[in-house]
Amino acid sequence: MTVHAADEEAQAVAAALARASERYFGGSVAIGNLQRLSGGASRQTWSFDALVQGAPVKLILRRDPPSQGKIEGGRAVSLDRATEYRVLRAAHRAGVRAPDGLFELTPADGLGEAYVMQRLDGTAIARKLLRDPPYEKARSRVASQLGEILARIHAVDPATLPPLERREAADQVAILYRSLDHLGAPQPVFELALAWLGRRKPAPLDHPLLVHGDYRTGNYLVDEEGVSAILDWELAHLGDPMEDLGWLCVKSWRFGAVDKPAGGFGSREQLWEAYERAGGGSVDRARAHWWEVFGTVHWGIICLNQAFKHLSGSIKSMEHASIGRRAVETEVDLMQLLREGH
Amino acid sequence: MPQDRPTASELLTAIADFLREEATPALDRIDPRLGFQTRVAVNSLAILEREGRLGPAADAREHARLVALLGRDGTLEELNRALVDQIRAGARDERDTAMMAHLDATTADKIAIANPKWR
Repeated sequence: MTVHAADEEAQAVAAALARASERYFGGSVAIGNLQRLSGGASRQTWSFDALVQGAPVKLILRRDPPSQGKIEGGRAVSLDRATEYRVLRAAHRAGVRAPDGLFELTPADGLGEAYVMQRLDGTAIARKLLRDPPYEKARSRVASQLGEILARIHAVDPATLPPLERREAADQVAILYRSLDHLGAPQPVFELALAWLGRRKPAPLDHPLLVHGDYRTGNYLVDEEGVSAILDWELAHLGDPMEDLGWLCVKSWRFGAVDKPAGGFGSREQLWEAYERAGGGSVDRARAHWWEVFGTVHWGIICLNQAFKHLSGSIKSMEHASIGRRAVETEVDLMQLLREGH
Repeated sequence: MPQDRPTASELLTAIADFLREEATPALDRIDPRLGFQTRVAVNSLAILEREGRLGPAADAREHARLVALLGRDGTLEELNRALVDQIRAGARDERDTAMMAHLDATTADKIAIANPKWR
């Protein structure tokens, strides 16, 4: 995108945000510090301040521009913005540490599907969280806090949620087989892992629960006191709560702190104990391991899919292309995990 | 006739060094996103340098192991396809020690190119 086009887009976003913010806050609102945070043309995130009677309110815009719609491959399981907004509000109201959804934009605002939520303090950058001095105290707390918050997420009353797709073990394995077949190249290690998963699938649940779907380091904010907010709810669905526990422990989310499976911050046992103490139900170890294996092959296939988006021409991105070469990291991990048994 | 020096490996290393030491700090000052993208590019060039050096021998080893494992010949793609078909049909699983040894060796060769620091 040229600088000029980017400026025009920012001006259009600012004007629409001013109108929508005035409806929500009442009275005149100026928009300041507007910044685009995410890269892609679709699924945009913007940061801004609404100046309400001169006082800045820190906000985030989540937006799918109208022209982009739902054309991008690999998005079949992502929530539309309206549903994401409702999930966020339900979670926030149930006491989950998550930003509250404040208001939605209307089609007349011209920004596509979009809503505005609170902007909370903290950083999501793993490299900083795992190494920088200001987070030293927080580091010792994060694993337990993630367990506690996850128990809250899984306790959200499904009756308060918008309609969500139900995806449990068998559905998830079928989705990965479809992805692998769509990609086309033979992948013996992923094939082996999917067969392993297929033979050990946990039974469906009587009452599937709210699953965050992308609960991992990089998708939550931490300040000096610990976890301040859970972000990135677009893969939320109904399913097995162990899915979130397994995904958090996938080695790729440890960012080098390989001996701390709970997102790079603690042991699995610390995470599970905190989850159980906070009322999350008892953690079946074999089931959690199954979901960690699933998460590992899932991330590996996502890596291949990211590269495929570039290779198929649906987006042009060196970064996406290069992620394809990260898939082998999960193959190394899977060869270890499959030997650990259960 | 071979190309003159620098070799492919030397040239890739020179490009990566330039991007890392000179271009990235300047781009970081202009736009951190460009700095980040350049780090991704530097990392990819390092992969290509290792692939040029280690890839052909790794492919030959993988091919020889697959021929021995499957008892037939073919291209790498054909042999991997045959192996995948056997796994999906349930004819092989993680208890197959010959296959596991082959996959361990293959992933070891791949990660030595893609990310030797991974553990």
